[in-house]
Amino acid sequence: METKNIMIVGVGGQGTLLTSRILGGITVRAGYDVKLSEVHGMAQRGGSVVTFVRYGSEVAEPIVEEGCADVLIAFEKLEALRYAHFLKKDGVIVVNDWRIDPITVVTGAAVYPENIIEGLSKTHKVYAINAMQEAEKLGNVKAFNVIVLGLAARHMDFDKELWLDVIAETVPPKTVEINQKAFLIGYE
Amino acid sequence: MAEKKIMLGNEAIARGAYEAGVKVSAAYPGTPSTEISENIVKYPEIYAEWSPNEKVAMEVAIGASISGVRALVSMKHVGVNVASDPLYTISYAGVNGGLVLVAADDPGLYSSQNEQDTRCVARAALVPVIEPSDSAEAKEFTKLAFEISEKYDTPVIVRTTTRLSHSQGVVELCDRAEPADKPYERNPAKYVMMPGNAKGRHVYVEQRMKKLSEDGADFAINRAEYRDTSIGFITSGIPYQYVREACPDASVLKLGMVYPLPKKLIEEFASKVEKLYIFEELEPVIEEQVRAWGIDVIGKEAFTVQGEYSANLLRRAVTGEDMCLTQAEKVPARPPILCPGCPHRSVFSVLNKLKIHAAGDIGCYTLGAVAPLNVIDTTVCMGASISTLHGMEKAKGKDYIKNWVAVIGDSTFMHTGVNSLMNMVYNQGTGTVLILDNSTTGMTGHQDHAATGKTLMGEVVPAINIYHLCKAMGIEHVQEIDAVDLKELERAIKEETKRDAVSVIITKSPCVLLKGNVFPNVCRPVPEKCKKCGACLRPGCPALTKNADGTIAIDETMCNGCGLCQKLCAFDAIACEKR
Ligand SMILES: Cc1ncc(C[n+]2csc(CCOP(=O)(O)OP(=O)(O)O)c2C)c(N)n1
Repeated sequence: METKNIMIVGVGGQGTLLTSRILGGITVRAGYDVKLSEVHGMAQRGGSVVTFVRYGSEVAEPIVEEGCADVLIAFEKLEALRYAHFLKKDGVIVVNDWRIDPITVVTGAAVYPENIIEGLSKTHKVYAINAMQEAEKLGNVKAFNVIVLGLAARHMDFDKELWLDVIAETVPPKTVEINQKAFLIGYE
Repeated sequence: MAEKKIMLGNEAIARGAYEAGVKVSAAYPGTPSTEISENIVKYPEIYAEWSPNEKVAMEVAIGASISGVRALVSMKHVGVNVASDPLYTISYAGVNGGLVLVAADDPGLYSSQNEQDTRCVARAALVPVIEPSDSAEAKEFTKLAFEISEKYDTPVIVRTTTRLSHSQGVVELCDRAEPADKPYERNPAKYVMMPGNAKGRHVYVEQRMKKLSEDGADFAINRAEYRDTSIGFITSGIPYQYVREACPDASVLKLGMVYPLPKKLIEEFASKVEKLYIFEELEPVIEEQVRAWGIDVIGKEAFTVQGEYSANLLRRAVTGEDMCLTQAEKVPARPPILCPGCPHRSVFSVLNKLKIHAAGDIGCYTLGAVAPLNVIDTTVCMGASISTLHGMEKAKGKDYIKNWVAVIGDSTFMHTGVNSLMNMVYNQGTGTVLILDNSTTGMTGHQDHAATGKTLMGEVVPAINIYHLCKAMGIEHVQEIDAVDLKELERAIKEETKRDAVSVIITKSPCVLLKGNVFPNVCRPVPEKCKKCGACLRPGCPALTKNADGTIAIDETMCNGCGLCQKLCAFDAIACEKR
């Protein structure tokens, strides 16, 4: 199989690492070779963070190159815009319709762009969800990232049951149920 | 069938050490090396510790090796500088049990203060370096490093980079070997490095490196892959993957040992390919050696010495292809920031108000250098805050530093800051030192240290008391202040900076990300009282934003209820209340 390239982008602290663990887990379970690259350290303190996941029959490099991503999963709008050029021609964007002002905007040094999702929709296939709102309804805002993952899962070729299995294996035992529910909100 | 697991590069290195039968591991945290120790500690067969700094960690591992067991020491690239004193000399003495240093370089400076290349240190210290290309190799090469170490009587460096350390790949697990401890015999000619003995060992070291260079031609980890011979690449580590990705048909000499280089193998490869590229991140270490042998190559004239490589970078330079379809959008930068509720923000807001300059150090608090806090003027390396402030005073006199302080974290103070403070006392400085004690090594993800009262293996131990440590140095003026008590902070800073004597202010409040922390409070705006002055926004807490009408909004999912914004509001327009 040709290598599939997934990117997860967001703001440090939003839980990109958990999402990439689930993705990594499912690709191994499905019998693929997989490489995955994450950001630890400094940038995890509220900076822009990106995780690459690549799976296929044999994967060489662990990063997704500009112009090569099949799916861009963004936990925040501005981050979707920042990394949109990583997409290949028919790549899709799955974005959490949520805004977190970077410090440069808070201090007035920069302006947060308007109408990001509308703008991206002109050139890309964009699937947006306000996952924060959905997660709040579910009773745990922290589960928002698994909702977004659920939406993105529609663009990957793994069974629902396998997703739910891997989520159960990956998240802390106490949060299995809520995370599985969260996943299904995005997936269904 | 052997169990397969997806593992972080660092996790795989830890696994390799485990399978190699390592008995002792010592380290000081540093991105991107930290997870090695955090995974080693999961193996009860291995004694693992956080040492106060890399020099000490290196020496602990050396002691273990001399006593006859396999020992691992790991650190980030700049840690190698701190450990270089023992490293350069243990290179002469050699080992008894295998001794492996894992050094994690950071091309692209994801989390570092420079972009130095460990291979340069290794070349100077005459220590062999091996370099894996993915998690599976990270495990295997670590095991092999112990064999090379024992066979050639040398410490061995396993060099990793951020990309390798923080990438996950599939690894096949093996059982742990239990090599018997090597017998210890007193051997001063080998282990007492005084001039007469070291002279002899230097001769041995030169022979060893020559032998390694010759034998390297037959090492399985140095591998020529012949495909289309019109283009050939000499490469290693992660860049090997970029070559495979961008030029899958090209011939490749993949070097697993990057120092010393296998001359015979390189000459042979060079003679078989028409156009020879050397593709190595950072310094032209392989290139310079290969050129010195009179081989014509294309290297740094085509590829940068800066930052991380990629397959696209290679394509652009070699094939002229470009996968990139569009330019990156110009969007507002999102640099890292102090967390909401971080006690460092509170301290910096006071220093900012008092217009005090800070000689800074390395940790989360280095973010006190950037807007809107703008307090830190200098940052060099761990421990440097106190000594640079002292140097300024000696250059310009004590009045010059009346509006200066040194700012250093608790872990950094225990690492090397303590030496600098001794110097300030000894040489009669008058500086004021702020030790920002958040009870952890925050920046690298919350590791314990000598002043936290817990070890890497989870043992509860007596914490070294920083207050008493300062007192024991003979410093008369040491104050402990709650880091979120703005009034007390202001009083203490004014008082101590005025003083013509060394003084220390320990600001205490645990890191908000520390496990077990609870945040009963939350800050909420009271819009009808808001005068839209913006005082609360000044320290740059990410939970606070301005509404269109100029009043403020607080994101309750982010707020940790530290109350800093409330204290800064003169109009009671923010309430700090139970959640
Ligand atoms: C020689 C060296 N070793 C390790 C590091 C990695 N590192 C950067 S800051 C830091 C310690 C931070 O802890 P602390 O001083 O307590 O400050 P905090 O981040 O908790 O505010 C470490 C280990 C480094 N930069 N240099």
